[in-house]
Amino acid sequence: MASPNIAPPLNLLNLTMQRPGYIHAAVSGNFSSPKAQEVVVIRGTSYLELLRSDAERFKITPVCTFNTFCNLRCLLTFRQVGTNKDYLVVGSDSGRITILEYVVEANEFRTVHCETFGKTGCRRIVPGQFLAADPLGRAIMISALEKQKLVYVMNRDAGGRLTISSPLEAHRSHALVYATVGLDVGTENPIFAAIEKDYSEADQDPTGEAAAETYKQLVYYELDLGLNHVIRKWAQPIASTACSLLAVPGERFNGPGGVLILSENWVAYTHQDHPELRTPIPRRAGQAASRGTLLTAAAMHRQKDVLFYLLQSEFGDLYKVTLDLNQERTRVQNINMQVFDTIPPANGLCITKTGLLFCASEFANHILYQFQGIDNPEAVAADSLDEEALDDEDKLGDTAEEAASVAPTFTPAKQLKNLAAVDRMESLAPVTGMHVADLAGEDAAQLYTLCGRGGRSSLRILRHGLQVVEEASSDLPGRPNAVWTIKGRQDEAHDRFIVVSFANATLVFSIGDQIEEVTDSGFLGTAPTLEVKLLADNAMLQVHTHGIRHIRPGRPVNEWKTPGRKSIEQASANERQVAIALEGGDVVYFELDAAGMLMEVASKEVGLAVSCLDLGPVPQGRVGSSFLAVGGYDSTVRILSLEQASLLTQRSMLQLSATAESVCLAEMAKEGEGAGIGAGNAVSIPASSSSLFLNVGLSNGIMQRLALDPLEGTLSDSRQRFLGAKPVKLLRVDIEDRSAVLALSSRAWLSYNHHGRFFQTPLSYQGLDYASGFASEYIPEGLVAVTGSSLRIITIQNFGNMFNQTEVPLRYTPRQMVQVPGSSRLVLIESDHNEYNETERAFLASAGAVESDKATDKEEGEEPTKGADSVAAAAALAAAEGALPPPPPPEEGTEDEDGAEGETFVRGPLPPVEGKWASCIRIVDGLTGETLELVELALNEAAISLTTVAFHDRGGEVFICVGTATDLCFHPRKHSAAAIHVYRLFDNRLVLLHKTEVEDVPKSLAELKGFGRLLAGLGPSLRMYDLGKKKLLKKCENRNLPNLIVGLQTMGDRIYVSDVLDSVHFVKYRRLENALVIFADDTSPRTITACCTVDYDTIAGGDKVGNVFLLRLPEKVSDDVDNPTGNRVLWDTGRLNGAPNKLDVLAHFYVGEVVTALQKVSLVPGGQEVILYATVAGTIGALVPFSSRRSKNTFFLLEMEMRKEASLHFKRDHIAYRSYYTPVKEVIDGDLCELFRTLSAVKRRAVALEVLDRTPGEVVKLLEDFKNTIL
Amino acid sequence: MAADRFNINRSWEHLQNKYVGTGHPDLTKHEWLTNQHRDTYATHLGHHDQLAYIAVAQNDAVGRVRYQLLEKMLQPCGPPPAAKDDEDD
Repeated sequence: MASPNIAPPLNLLNLTMQRPGYIHAAVSGNFSSPKAQEVVVIRGTSYLELLRSDAERFKITPVCTFNTFCNLRCLLTFRQVGTNKDYLVVGSDSGRITILEYVVEANEFRTVHCETFGKTGCRRIVPGQFLAADPLGRAIMISALEKQKLVYVMNRDAGGRLTISSPLEAHRSHALVYATVGLDVGTENPIFAAIEKDYSEADQDPTGEAAAETYKQLVYYELDLGLNHVIRKWAQPIASTACSLLAVPGERFNGPGGVLILSENWVAYTHQDHPELRTPIPRRAGQAASRGTLLTAAAMHRQKDVLFYLLQSEFGDLYKVTLDLNQERTRVQNINMQVFDTIPPANGLCITKTGLLFCASEFANHILYQFQGIDNPEAVAADSLDEEALDDEDKLGDTAEEAASVAPTFTPAKQLKNLAAVDRMESLAPVTGMHVADLAGEDAAQLYTLCGRGGRSSLRILRHGLQVVEEASSDLPGRPNAVWTIKGRQDEAHDRFIVVSFANATLVFSIGDQIEEVTDSGFLGTAPTLEVKLLADNAMLQVHTHGIRHIRPGRPVNEWKTPGRKSIEQASANERQVAIALEGGDVVYFELDAAGMLMEVASKEVGLAVSCLDLGPVPQGRVGSSFLAVGGYDSTVRILSLEQASLLTQRSMLQLSATAESVCLAEMAKEGEGAGIGAGNAVSIPASSSSLFLNVGLSNGIMQRLALDPLEGTLSDSRQRFLGAKPVKLLRVDIEDRSAVLALSSRAWLSYNHHGRFFQTPLSYQGLDYASGFASEYIPEGLVAVTGSSLRIITIQNFGNMFNQTEVPLRYTPRQMVQVPGSSRLVLIESDHNEYNETERAFLASAGAVESDKATDKEEGEEPTKGADSVAAAAALAAAEGALPPPPPPEEGTEDEDGAEGETFVRGPLPPVEGKWASCIRIVDGLTGETLELVELALNEAAISLTTVAFHDRGGEVFICVGTATDLCFHPRKHSAAAIHVYRLFDNRLVLLHKTEVEDVPKSLAELKGFGRLLAGLGPSLRMYDLGKKKLLKKCENRNLPNLIVGLQTMGDRIYVSDVLDSVHFVKYRRLENALVIFADDTSPRTITACCTVDYDTIAGGDKVGNVFLLRLPEKVSDDVDNPTGNRVLWDTGRLNGAPNKLDVLAHFYVGEVVTALQKVSLVPGGQEVILYATVAGTIGALVPFSSRRSKNTFFLLEMEMRKEASLHFKRDHIAYRSYYTPVKEVIDGDLCELFRTLSAVKRRAVALEVLDRTPGEVVKLLEDFKNTIL
Repeated sequence: MAADRFNINRSWEHLQNKYVGTGHPDLTKHEWLTNQHRDTYATHLGHHDQLAYIAVAQNDAVGRVRYQLLEKMLQPCGPPPAAKDDEDD
């Protein structure tokens, strides 16, 4: 039982707010049905997601997503002969081989087999890095980077269930593995091919000759099914740059079998008893001869007579590879490699049988393409070299230079020729920086994230809410107060009329190609309308203030008039029932009888003015709703029964805090029923899994939701939420064919169920006055809404996402961002390694254009020299920099990769050597996302760090300081110059004040507020500067920081210095001595990637391996440092070469992805403050402090139970996973607790009642409330 | 207990072989460093977020970073130093 003393003092709850967008592996297959064209991807490091492509609507949509709480490394599909569904094999760090199967009914992946073979973790010799399967599904090979390879024999038992054997070893010590693949050998013994390199001799030879002589081998491992063991069958030396393998179809498909070897610069085919055949990869014109071209992604397409491979180079160029075979189709005579198109570099390519290409981009958004053509005779193509004819001496090696001497060249086109982009999937990855603030003045804070890399990078403005697209908007005469849509018949898919009600009139519009007003619809136009409904017998119903019109097709209009000139105040109807409330508090109830007549069945005097009423929807298989909810001006809601035996008798009553403005009975899916771990999307929800909810919108802006017992009519499980300043109006709409509730206050909110989870999210759109569902041929699911005097048709997109994104394209990889204090402007620095800047690109393009004119006259043999030319051009450019015309003004439209029709992102031209940089400083208006200023830095100068400083004697003027480095190189780090630029800001213009040369790269800059000084981290020294007339003036310095300062935070006179290897150091600026003194550091080394201050003594950080942690200075030390007493020399007594004081680890948690940004912030005014983090994989998560010990205890127990109860697919111990490098401390995994919703009802009850001493509803409410406190 | 201890001694060689990179009393600094580097590269290769992080910094394709790390596995710290008695000659 939850007693307060068993739980340690826990602090934070980890909640993932935006799932990772990064995809690092994708495989296509048929998982749900034989015809379904699906793709499974690994998102981030631990999420598996099933995507389904729709070739008719050109869409790819997620169907099922779940967190595996395990680091996933590779994916593979396989199927057994005679079956038509694919199994998924996953290589992970769990030390197990896991085979999953997709179960359509439950919409989840289930573990079929999970066999342990080794230790957990991504170790060198524990298999899990590579997977390969026999094409007939008879065996799977799982291998490590070195030595170990295991082969599992797969079979089926009598019941058709998949069986797995114990592993057979194919180990080879001192051998590195680069790739594995399963060969197509038909029904003979399965063979696996691997690229291996033996390093045993190289490790012994001090001269380095043996290392130079090591070579890669293609090795065939044969699984002898009869003897049940694996033998090393054949090995052959191959290109030293080989890096991956593709199987070639064998006899079954009229092919020769064997493998394609992808290497840097070359593609080769080989097989046992078949000579190697090599084709050089076509190179980009102007590519330096020393620069190789590496193939990084591949997809095979095989259909009847068509077989081709799409290979992608590291620059994004796609090549189509076809094999020319001899007559007998047993030997390959030529490998033809044709330039196909250029798309963003991908981590995975998948071709569906329906002619779609899914490109899981390395970074930024993923794109779905449709094939427009696959043959382009004019494209540049390369054929195999006839190497047999050459002498041994003439034979070409594997290097880039030698390949360049024979490879044809091409210029990548900006226009797609064979592909057309049809859909995209948003991804934030990689987030390089984040700033959370309400710059747009919208109450809730916006998340400004720096995303993407190179030319595809962007600043994304994230807002909490669903994305809304406005499809149409038109002005109406006057202000309408309500709008409805109505179908012509029950079985029609699309709506026929839009009915708009005004204060004293009603207008009807017909929906066709155009929306036109009609007058012969049968609706009464001279009175305001209260309710419109299509009845079960296809008659239309209009409730207006003075009566009910029953408009039956082909029969006279039937009208019921109110008795005694009373007017109708409220009305509600469904397909079979109508309820109205008359002035004075009479409720009258009608039913549609068998003859199609609307009959008054009962009436009741409620005795108070009715503020709202609602009939629930007709439940499936019943003739009518059993309840009528009536809200009165006495701040109550009554539930009246509509059962024949007890017509209009009160079943229950709810007392509210304010008048009910609106009530809404809605049947919504129960959470977690029939849903998989983390997500579910049951195709059709059986009636038993949905339950009835009473939603009440109050006049004080609160929405309340209660569960309504379908038999007794009792209310329970109340949840409430404040939505906005205006009274809440509730409307029932259909979202994704399920009922949802739209709540209109000062903002519109949608409560809906998506993938088995309940969401309540605002719409990112202006406030609406009224809305109704809308379906037409062009807009299958939308809303028609009125706001002010205009009628809008809108669609809601990206269900299930917490944030919607606005994209501002950037030029280079964004590195850092700061807000100009006191304004809504953001300053960004962008810099790209290995890239020409805009000026150089323009120069090269013009030079290239001239050259290509010349080249048309020349012969092709001259082509390879072009590379050298452009190097010379670049050099000339560098020399003549001053004389160049200014760079073209930024044209934002052209920078957007998805902007123009058919245009694609092409990286390049590429500089020949490392150490080339392109960089700029940009000012963006946070309100509009508009670029106000863009300053390109000089050649090869890269902006590294950024801060704003209000220097102490400059009257509060804000200066912008940018740290730069020239000719910066990694491995080893070197640079030719480094400087700190100081800019003044005049009307959004950046004016350079001066540059100060510094001797090391200023990796970080910060302002020491209160002192009005600039702090710079220059390698291992921390320095303080003041502003001078001609340059910055050095004030003081501390050179004793360990390695390299990568981050600086300040608060008061304290400076929190993060080191690249050595965690955080606390430094105090002692004004009297003018000294920077290190007074505390950490006990363990951490490679800090992000850092933020939590309070004066506490700092939160993230490191390179994916941990987040909180470090705190002990209270006593903090006090001693600030108020030194006596003559204790706090500063001089270091301990073991470190600082005198040590920080305590307050909390520690393994996120699983490199954390690149951290900020302590409260997202809504008055909301809970949280530590928000963003990762390189595009995840946004929050660490939320607990407000009470009671909820802390509950979550602690819940997490403990969930570790036992949740069926984790990889059997990875959750606590071990979250303690990957350091034991998890004081952080509860909210993502695991969320899985409580997906447990079976029995388990949920057991966990909730027996362990937590609460009802399951209360536990879910607790989970929800936690999210609501921060958003 | 005692029997176990002897067993471990006997199977020492076997364990050394089985678990690549396990240290022994005569381990040289170079061997230790080489193992450390190889293990580090292996963990970078296994954690894709770390590959992506490096790729963004270098502005190389993720595939290129993976290739570079795999190639570096051969001799991450250069050739081994010449044995002591060779130096004396």
